[in-house]
Amino acid sequence: MTTHTFKPDMPPPSSSIGIVAWMRAHMFSSWINTLLTLFAFYLIYLIVPPIVSWAILDANWVGTTRADCTKEGACWVFIQQRFGQFMYGYYPTDLRWRVDLTVWLAVIGVAPLFISRFPRKAIYGLSFLVLYPIISYTLLHGGWFGLTEVPTSQWGGLMLTLVIATVGIVGALPLGIVLALGRRSNMPAIRVVCVTFIEFWRGVPLITVLFMSSVMLPLFLPEGMNFDKLLRALIGVILFQSAYIAEVVRGGLQAIPKGQYEAAAAMGLGYWRSMGLVILPQALKLVIPGIVNTFIALFKDTSLVIIIGLFDLLNSVKQAAADPKWLGMATEGYVFAALVFWIFCFGMSRYSMHLERKLDTGHKR
Amino acid sequence: MKMLKSTLAIVTAAAVLGVSGFAQAGATLDAVQKKGFVQCGVSDGLPGFSVPDSTGKIVGIDADFCRAVAAAVFGDATKVKFSQLNAKERFTALQSGEIDILSRNTTMTSSRDAGMGLKFPGFITYYDGIGFLVNNKLGVKSAKELDGATICIQAGTTTELNVSDYFRGNGLKYTPITFDTSDESAKSLESGRCDVLTSDKSQLFAQRSKLASPKDYVVLPETISKEPLGPVVRNGDDEWLAIVRWTGYAMLNAEEAGITSKNVEAEAKATKNPDVARMLGTDGEYGKDLKVKKDWVVQIVKQVGNYGEVFEKNLGKSTALEIDRGLNALWNAGGIQYAPPVR
Repeated sequence: MTTHTFKPDMPPPSSSIGIVAWMRAHMFSSWINTLLTLFAFYLIYLIVPPIVSWAILDANWVGTTRADCTKEGACWVFIQQRFGQFMYGYYPTDLRWRVDLTVWLAVIGVAPLFISRFPRKAIYGLSFLVLYPIISYTLLHGGWFGLTEVPTSQWGGLMLTLVIATVGIVGALPLGIVLALGRRSNMPAIRVVCVTFIEFWRGVPLITVLFMSSVMLPLFLPEGMNFDKLLRALIGVILFQSAYIAEVVRGGLQAIPKGQYEAAAAMGLGYWRSMGLVILPQALKLVIPGIVNTFIALFKDTSLVIIIGLFDLLNSVKQAAADPKWLGMATEGYVFAALVFWIFCFGMSRYSMHLERKLDTGHKR
Repeated sequence: MKMLKSTLAIVTAAAVLGVSGFAQAGATLDAVQKKGFVQCGVSDGLPGFSVPDSTGKIVGIDADFCRAVAAAVFGDATKVKFSQLNAKERFTALQSGEIDILSRNTTMTSSRDAGMGLKFPGFITYYDGIGFLVNNKLGVKSAKELDGATICIQAGTTTELNVSDYFRGNGLKYTPITFDTSDESAKSLESGRCDVLTSDKSQLFAQRSKLASPKDYVVLPETISKEPLGPVVRNGDDEWLAIVRWTGYAMLNAEEAGITSKNVEAEAKATKNPDVARMLGTDGEYGKDLKVKKDWVVQIVKQVGNYGEVFEKNLGKSTALEIDRGLNALWNAGGIQYAPPVR
């Protein structure tokens, strides 16, 4: 008996698979698409090679002074020389380990929250949220336990950007949720207070808030009584952002069908428990993109603190570019600042997408 | 350098409310001595005047003036802390007592000196004025030849007003292009979008050094406005004002007498010149009147330098700015820097 052997399958025609087929389908499917494709290639040809040669091929990478930048391209030596200042501002060089330690503590402390089977996550998370700010403030500001005091006027660079952004985010989220609930409350007094608060803070620009906090406030305080400038800015940012968060969360609350509220009430849950166990988990999940959007905007808004003379990443870059020894290096500085900002903002948006997928319970249409 | 109208309004409102003018005579010196350092307001980054270097130390002529005040008060030029302020918040910071002295390229004007609860001690750190930077290719030798030129101006400064006054007064036409930052305006001059860049002269030199080939550009000789930049203190504390004023004068007098950071100690011991002996505290008790130590001038000059040294170090030929002494030379060397004697 002979066994029948099948002939191997013929490969599909080369025009329907692989790169050629893909290109035919997506780039050259009609004459107008062909034209657009060619035009796009031309644009890339115009834009990319000069950027690559400026930023990489012709760039100056090694050296210590401006005189070492002999090639035509970017002078990354500037970034290299000022890197410490861009990251830490004027934080004393020999104390910068304290900033590093604070960041590492945050990374290590937050990590368990991402492990899905970590026991007693809620308790751990809450205690972290309470303890970490105290520890990090002690570390960064010093003045206790033999740590040298570093006043906030010396904080700067990326470190300051992160401090403002994280404090703003952590402070504004709970306040925003409370405000959103208050705005939908049945009690007129609470509702009026929340509506007034939200509309007031949404109605004024952040620049005005910061400006008032630094220029007007000191005039009304007795001489010698100075609130820390950073603290004033932080309070301003938290109040301002909480109004935005409140409106985002309210959007989520309104999207929850009335039946959910009624069902929660029928189960015998009171106001706080029905909100905490039924409504808010669903509402917050719905508005993750909106919340993250607000946070990204906040992260970028931190640069506005220049108005009150605090030097975040962008302003440190600007200031370094004013050094007579490095005049004319503004472009390199701005490119660097843009890159750092992009990394953080892109990271946040990826994390928000991950959260959405993880919390997805099939409501997505 | 200049101030926005809004700030003026705020500050006036504050003055009306009686918030300013709470300083009492002698209060500032006492407070400074108690806390152990001079809190000095400087700019948020102006080349040559006050700008952080790569180690974060604030360098520049404005910053060095504050160091000189610290040297006079404490005999130690390092006992100074800097607050970096922008143009809007600088006067509030001084009025509210956040800083003891404002040394931030601030133009002395009548309204600021009389109407805002502030006082200019009268020592001028730098005589500035608005000037023009042009490309050599234009072949222009004087601002009078700028008829029909396109001029790059930085927005939000009084430069706009002064330039328009100047051109109207001379019957010249021009097209202004305003920019937000000095980087943008420097780029536009380079790309030929404008023929002339205008700003305070001290800044024009900084702008010029940003260009790809600084040698192709020249600052025209005309100065079309007066911008005397000097330190500011709170109104009503005459003792402190005197210390600040005489610190500046001491630096000028030291230069005039040829006393430098190198020879000051030798001079203090061995000088035969009675003027120098009085100034350096070898003879008489002139520091006592100011409530500072006898050797205060020695400390200023030794630790910070005389006016000429400070100028050269921060603005002069050895720096990227390459500014001539010009008006800022001593009165006996063609400039207008003149200090009353210490005696």
